[in-house]
Amino acid sequence: MDCLVLKNIYSTYYSGNRLLPVLDGISLQVGDGEFVSVLGPSGSGKSTILKLAAGLLKPDQGQVLVDGEETAGHSQLVSYMPQQDLLFPWKTLQDNAVLPLLAAGLDRHTARARIGKLLPTFGLEGFADYYPHQLSGGMRQRAALLRTMMVDSNLMLLDEPFAALDALTRENLQDWLLKIWSRYRRSVLFVTHSIDEAIYLSDRIYVITERPGRISLEQKITLPKPKVRSMVTAPEFSLYKKILLEALHQETSWEDGGKIEGETF
Amino acid sequence: MAEIKKLNNIAPALILIVLVIGSWELISNFSDIPTYILPAPSAIVRALANNFGLLLYHSGYTFAAVLPGLSLAIIISPLLALLMDRFTFFKKALYPLLVISQAVPIFAVAPLILIWFGVGLLPKVLIVALVCFFPLTINLVDGFSQVDPEAIELMQTMRANRLLITRSVHLPSTLPYFFSGLKIAATYSVLGAIIGEWLAARAGLGIYMLRAMHSFRTVDLFAAIIVVVVLSLALFKLVELAGNLAMPWQRTDYEHPER
Ligand SMILES: Nc1ncnc2c1ncn2[C@@H]1O[C@H](COP(=O)(O)OP(=O)(O)O)[C@@H](O)[C@H]1O
Ligand SMILES: [Mg+2]
Repeated sequence: MDCLVLKNIYSTYYSGNRLLPVLDGISLQVGDGEFVSVLGPSGSGKSTILKLAAGLLKPDQGQVLVDGEETAGHSQLVSYMPQQDLLFPWKTLQDNAVLPLLAAGLDRHTARARIGKLLPTFGLEGFADYYPHQLSGGMRQRAALLRTMMVDSNLMLLDEPFAALDALTRENLQDWLLKIWSRYRRSVLFVTHSIDEAIYLSDRIYVITERPGRISLEQKITLPKPKVRSMVTAPEFSLYKKILLEALHQETSWEDGGKIEGETF
Repeated sequence: MAEIKKLNNIAPALILIVLVIGSWELISNFSDIPTYILPAPSAIVRALANNFGLLLYHSGYTFAAVLPGLSLAIIISPLLALLMDRFTFFKKALYPLLVISQAVPIFAVAPLILIWFGVGLLPKVLIVALVCFFPLTINLVDGFSQVDPEAIELMQTMRANRLLITRSVHLPSTLPYFFSGLKIAATYSVLGAIIGEWLAARAGLGIYMLRAMHSFRTVDLFAAIIVVVVLSLALFKLVELAGNLAMPWQRTDYEHPER
């Protein structure tokens, strides 16, 4: 069964007193254990899709199904990582990471012990008692991912987790995320505005157009696994890139095509 | 290194103070300004030392009004601020009133409070509470309204209950506002107590000042001012210390680790 299904979603925001259409008939699925990306320019409604999936927003029309059940705009137990990492500045790394466990009813002591065991996997050993502002950008993202993983849910919603990082750190974290993902096998809906990132990470990619967001392409990625960095220079990779670029520029070229990162490796 | 830098920061102020006090001392000693107008700093220090016990005794009285008054404000303000945050109606009704009430000078209200509550300790406690109440409440209301809704949403996706959300989001993100309000309140509080004492009291720094004034003992007036300043500063520092303890993440002296 599909872990997440969005069926024909329409969504609007009120900005001032005007109704702003954001999503215009979006349908997508994330299968069990699948890594799916939503690729689109900023302002296309990618974050809105994740909020809908998390049950934090109610669609004006359409259905959101998590594990086959309709959410009806009620917040769901999902691993959700918002666009800003949202590590709480007043909590140490470890106390940020235990929050999902505390919410699930564990006592602080047990929860901390569990986090402590996971710190090395997340490259955070020895940093349990550091505050977020004492950590580097990459470490903060790993800490936020650790917290996100602590939610006992099969569905992970990641909102541009690597967007703010420098290219090198970003690539390292992509590889690291794939490793973590293949170990824990969660279903992932990943939002990005980087074409290379989407191709490198995903099993499937939805390309979303500029506002109001519509899905202009669904592309399966069949690169051999496990993924390796050198893959990004392979002809298949370039082919995918060409297809995705075209899908993106169908809509944006007549305005400005510069909103999408098509960085070359 | 850090010490030298710190010294560099306060050096100009220190130099100025020394210059002012030095020339003040000279003027008082070598001009014919009478001492009841401008006593020499050395005389003030002597007055301070001679009457130290008495000043301590009166400070005790003042603090007997300051501490309960401040505590009262610390208890009531969060309750009211919470109410105003939870129910928009309360906020809309009370916020303007709070601001208006602040335009009423405490000098005008204090006599009323004395008429209503007598001349004992209670009216002074209430005056202190009143002057502390406003900065605390306004800061807390602002603090509550600054809580990041996305942080709460995040907690909701973890299925956190209300208590956990309050404890891990609302409370810590409001603490800085609370403490900056408390710093202002702490400095106001001593002033509030003294105003109360000026109107009617048996003892207290305000009374000490009144008596010094009536008998033209200007030296003692200056000595009392110094005590008031020192006490207010001490209270301020105490709040700062409490703030540092309660909000370890805000401390700037945290060493930055290797990354
Ligand atoms: N709370 C909101 N109120 C009004 N408009 C919003 C709100 N959130 C997002 N929007 C608008 O909706 C559009 C889509 O936003 P978002 O989903 O954040 O896009 P993306 O994540 O792709 O950058 C943007 O134009 C944005 O300005
Ligand atoms: Mg976004």
